[in-house]
Amino acid sequence: MISDPDVIGLLYLVAIVCFIVALKFLSSPKHARKGNWVGGVGMLVAIGTTLALDGIGNWGLIVAGGVIGAIIGLVGARTVKMTAMPQMVALFNGVGGGAAALVALAEFHVAIGDIAEDEVVSIVLSALIGSISFSGSLVAFAKLQELVSGRPIVFRGQNIVNSAILLGAAGLGIALVAGLDEQWALVGLIVLALVFGVMFVLPIGGADMPVVISLLNAFTGLAASATGFVLDSTVLIVAGMLVGASGTLLTLMMAKAMNRSVANVLFGAFGQVQAGTGGPREDDGRTVRATTPEDVAVQLSFARKVIVVPGYGMAVAQAQHDVRQLAELLEEKGVDVAYAIHPVAGRMPGHMNVLLAEANVPYDQLKEMDEINPEFAQTDVALVIGANDVTNPAARSDTSSPIYGMPILDVDRATSVIVMKRSMNPGFAGIDNELYLDPRTTMLFGDAKDSVVKLIGAVKTA
Amino acid sequence: MTDLGLVVELTILVLSIFLGFEVISKVPTMLHTPLMSGTNFIHGIVIVGAIIVLGYADDGVTKAIGFVAMVLATANVVGGWFVTDRMLEMFKRRPDIRRDRDA
Repeated sequence: MISDPDVIGLLYLVAIVCFIVALKFLSSPKHARKGNWVGGVGMLVAIGTTLALDGIGNWGLIVAGGVIGAIIGLVGARTVKMTAMPQMVALFNGVGGGAAALVALAEFHVAIGDIAEDEVVSIVLSALIGSISFSGSLVAFAKLQELVSGRPIVFRGQNIVNSAILLGAAGLGIALVAGLDEQWALVGLIVLALVFGVMFVLPIGGADMPVVISLLNAFTGLAASATGFVLDSTVLIVAGMLVGASGTLLTLMMAKAMNRSVANVLFGAFGQVQAGTGGPREDDGRTVRATTPEDVAVQLSFARKVIVVPGYGMAVAQAQHDVRQLAELLEEKGVDVAYAIHPVAGRMPGHMNVLLAEANVPYDQLKEMDEINPEFAQTDVALVIGANDVTNPAARSDTSSPIYGMPILDVDRATSVIVMKRSMNPGFAGIDNELYLDPRTTMLFGDAKDSVVKLIGAVKTA
Repeated sequence: MTDLGLVVELTILVLSIFLGFEVISKVPTMLHTPLMSGTNFIHGIVIVGAIIVLGYADDGVTKAIGFVAMVLATANVVGGWFVTDRMLEMFKRRPDIRRDRDA
């Protein structure tokens, strides 16, 4: 048992320092893993200190809750495929937000009738933001897991309905702060916030989900921080706010990588222009040309420079190991091979880097968009494997396209383009790709893994 | 816990905002996903709130709410940490691939 407030404060300070060092380390590839360990130590110190506080009881419930939560977390984290990482992050983020809202609710329940005004402000904020984060994250999870359509779900008057819900929640919040000491008001606020979280994420397209998850991540941080004011806990205030601030910055950086403003992502350019505009016209006489693995193998073997453009389709087919093997084979033949990584390749910024790292592709072979784009003009073959929207030239030229303005990889400037794709179905953003009709492009249809394995065989004999 | 007073707490809050911005201002795109996951783990600190609420709860309602909060917060902490670690484990430099090829 620790009862000296100075000792408690100092132990929490140790935890805070650990979190700051963890964040610092997490922003460099060299130290990132160490950073997570330092953060883990900080968390253990904070948890240990809290458990040792004077008067803590209900040990059975604490242990039971901890064990159940730990099993859920451990099983989820251990079994999730790397391709499903974004939705797992969304899920863990959501439960954190839910926990923050529940802590606020419990504090209100205990202290009702005798509660300071500034505490009510914190309780209201924590309940509101935490609940939005909880339900919003669950919808983001469902969209990425494709339990609900990844396409934007829109209906007439959506903005009015959403505004009304949020205003209702805000109204209850203001009433609570003004002295309405009623439990139903906070419960009502939480319910409205939960509904708002759902309504707020539904109209956002699956391709924009990473930005949303990052924003909700910041939300959960803010909710945790607000909880810290209720409990007078510095470690909650600081750690929560660190996440709130860094999450906000990360959100802005991601939106910038897509050349969109956060407001534009959230309030719907994707949704508004969805109805069939953009994309190639069917009747202009150009056709898609299919090719065979043997032809591609010859093209690749005699190329000087090949740029591989991996996308989510490659990851889904679990082809990254074979792609690395193919790349190594080509390098042995003297071909210069690089990987072009779009900032939002995969389902989340940096997701593709993780997937390729899993396949032992050294990260210094991965080139970011700005670095590699000028090189396409001197490239013999651009090999697009399961990537779609990030290569769509409509983003450069077609103002009516929903993705107009998004920076893309300039694959169409390579001497020839080979697109490996399962079928002609449109990509995650739900729009057609002009690239496939380009005379320089040939298509190799089939499962990415299958095709790459065939390619490896053909390159060996070529 | 000791009440520091609202103004001191707000001061700490504002300094944390600047610190949060400062600390991750130069992160490369390739680390965006692990960083998001890592910060996701750190906001699991809400577990401290869950323990306090549950540990000091007297009545059934508070215990029930606190218990659910405890489950959710622990899932956040444990899941967030292991997912981040799994991801970061895979970031390797070039020499590793040579060994891999010989094997």
